[in-house]
Amino acid sequence: MIGIAWKSLCNRWPTALLAMLAIAMSVALILSVEKVRRDARNSFTQTVSGTDLIVGARSGAVQLLLYSVFRIGNATNNISWESVEEISARNAIDWVIPISLGDSHAGFRVLGTNHDYFEHYRFGEKRTLTFAEGERFDDVFDAVIGSEVAKQLGYTIGQDIVVAHGTGNVALVEHEKQPFKVSGILAPTGTPVDRAIHVSLQGIEAMHVDWRNGANVKGEGTSAEAIRAMDLNPKAVTALLVGLKSRGTVFREQRTINNYRAEPLLAILPGVALQELWSLVSVAEMALLIVSIMVVVAGLVNLMSVLLAGLNERRREMAVLRSVGARPAHVFLLLCIESTLLTLGGIVAGLVLHYIITAIGSVFLMERFGLSVPLTLPQSTELKILLSVAIAGLVAGTIPALQAYRKSLSDGLSQKL
Amino acid sequence: MNANAQPIVQLRDIQFAWHRNLSPVLSIEQFELSRGEHVFLQGSSGSGKTTLLNLIAAVLLPQKGSVAIDGQPLAELRRSKRDQFRVDHMGLVFQQFNLLPFLSVVENVQLSCRFSPSRKRRVTQEGLTLDQETDRLLSAMKLDPKEIKHKPTSELSVGQQQRVAVARALIGRPPLIIADEPTSSLDSDSRQAFLDLLFSEIESAGSTLLFVSHDAALASSFDRRIDLKDINRVADLSGDLS
Repeated sequence: MIGIAWKSLCNRWPTALLAMLAIAMSVALILSVEKVRRDARNSFTQTVSGTDLIVGARSGAVQLLLYSVFRIGNATNNISWESVEEISARNAIDWVIPISLGDSHAGFRVLGTNHDYFEHYRFGEKRTLTFAEGERFDDVFDAVIGSEVAKQLGYTIGQDIVVAHGTGNVALVEHEKQPFKVSGILAPTGTPVDRAIHVSLQGIEAMHVDWRNGANVKGEGTSAEAIRAMDLNPKAVTALLVGLKSRGTVFREQRTINNYRAEPLLAILPGVALQELWSLVSVAEMALLIVSIMVVVAGLVNLMSVLLAGLNERRREMAVLRSVGARPAHVFLLLCIESTLLTLGGIVAGLVLHYIITAIGSVFLMERFGLSVPLTLPQSTELKILLSVAIAGLVAGTIPALQAYRKSLSDGLSQKL
Repeated sequence: MNANAQPIVQLRDIQFAWHRNLSPVLSIEQFELSRGEHVFLQGSSGSGKTTLLNLIAAVLLPQKGSVAIDGQPLAELRRSKRDQFRVDHMGLVFQQFNLLPFLSVVENVQLSCRFSPSRKRRVTQEGLTLDQETDRLLSAMKLDPKEIKHKPTSELSVGQQQRVAVARALIGRPPLIIADEPTSSLDSDSRQAFLDLLFSEIESAGSTLLFVSHDAALASSFDRRIDLKDINRVADLSGDLS
């Protein structure tokens, strides 16, 4: 019977192929949506670990989280250096990583920080940053680049780079008087760190020496030597990542920072802010999931309609089968086998398509958002989805099969006999 | 009465209507075919010959009377049993579209053996494999097995297709062969040749042939000729209208 079903399908390959393709695309869609959902969460969760508090100018918790850690969006305001020093001096606080954002190089963000970043920043399962090549920045004009920056721009140690003001891909003005030198390249982390260019806080100040109120001061510009001699202590930073000596003090410290008198500040717990983000995103996720389920249903309805529409043209085929001894039950089985073959074919093709989409899409997601979406074997959720599609396909197949069964009962052996 | 004397087809007092409230289209007092007979059943369209064939082939059951094939009253069989009984005992050839276009010639010929173990057994009991018997039947039908065996049936001429259909009806020697207008899609030259092949093979298989046609010119080569008008007590509907 399977042989007959297979050959019959091959005989009608254009419609069969289209029906299978519709299922394949719906399967690929639902798998990809599920994968992006899960990997995006993973990727976000992996990006920040071991940080107890994130401090920034007062805005929304999600916004602070997004711009400070994921480099999505921009800060509304800065934290003055006086506040940074005051917070760092608090007893409960173990370490503070200052982060200064706002500049870019060839579409990659420039992050001003200090050595504490390499010391204390953690990602994934509390992993520390490691150098693939070179070392930390020591000079004002040293820069440490993420693996993705090095890969995409082809930079090597010792290379001169010019940093632009603003964070757009095409910067309006470049700080070309103050070229930086690559001093180190970080090992890949699968986080936005891969897409950052790290310089010292002094470096950030240095590149703005000739700038007043956001415009380039006319003239030759200041030489690097002259800049080195200047006072380059930072006046403000964008955010702080804070580590506490004991996690037990986290709420007290948060409250203290939130009530800080000198300037309006906001301290957030990354985990709590992430949860807030997820609850925001979950509506969209749910909508996407529902849409993908609908697409799968549409694919199966299409399968059903193809099989049903085919039944009329295949009355002769059924009659011949009946005349050589196929019972109506055989005809039923034949149609069920056909729909199963089509569904299984669709699932396999959908998996292949999903992997192609993931392979292409992961490059884009990495380049654009620093999200890592690796190719992985189907996990239990995916297997459950595939199983449900297979079962739904089987059920969808029984309707045309029942129809064929009834027809073959009433049609008898032939249009003639 | 020994088994051979018993008629292969036996209809008694049958009456058939498409619906309880409709007047019957067939009412036959007696219709019998003896074993080995070649019978020509003539009837114009609308005379109910298709209905009669459906009754004999156990597709339809009469409201009254009994139909027995090979001594087995059909009404006693459940539907799935009737299907099995049909394929075990009958080979069918239609006017056209006998073959599944997506199967090769060999697969088409052997189709009924997939569904009827007893027909398959009859082939193997003679010490032949299914393929050998297929080759033999195709050659007997003046088809070159080597040439056409694995061809898709769509590449065959109508005449060749009909001969393949006969080979399929004959495989496993079913006692009854029903041919419903098998020659009407053939031109008159090939009709007689087709009949000759059909006869000689049915002869050697020892089967009974019920051949249905409206073309009275073919009747002369048959043992017996029955006009449905003569045995059906219901007046010809098309005749009534004219």
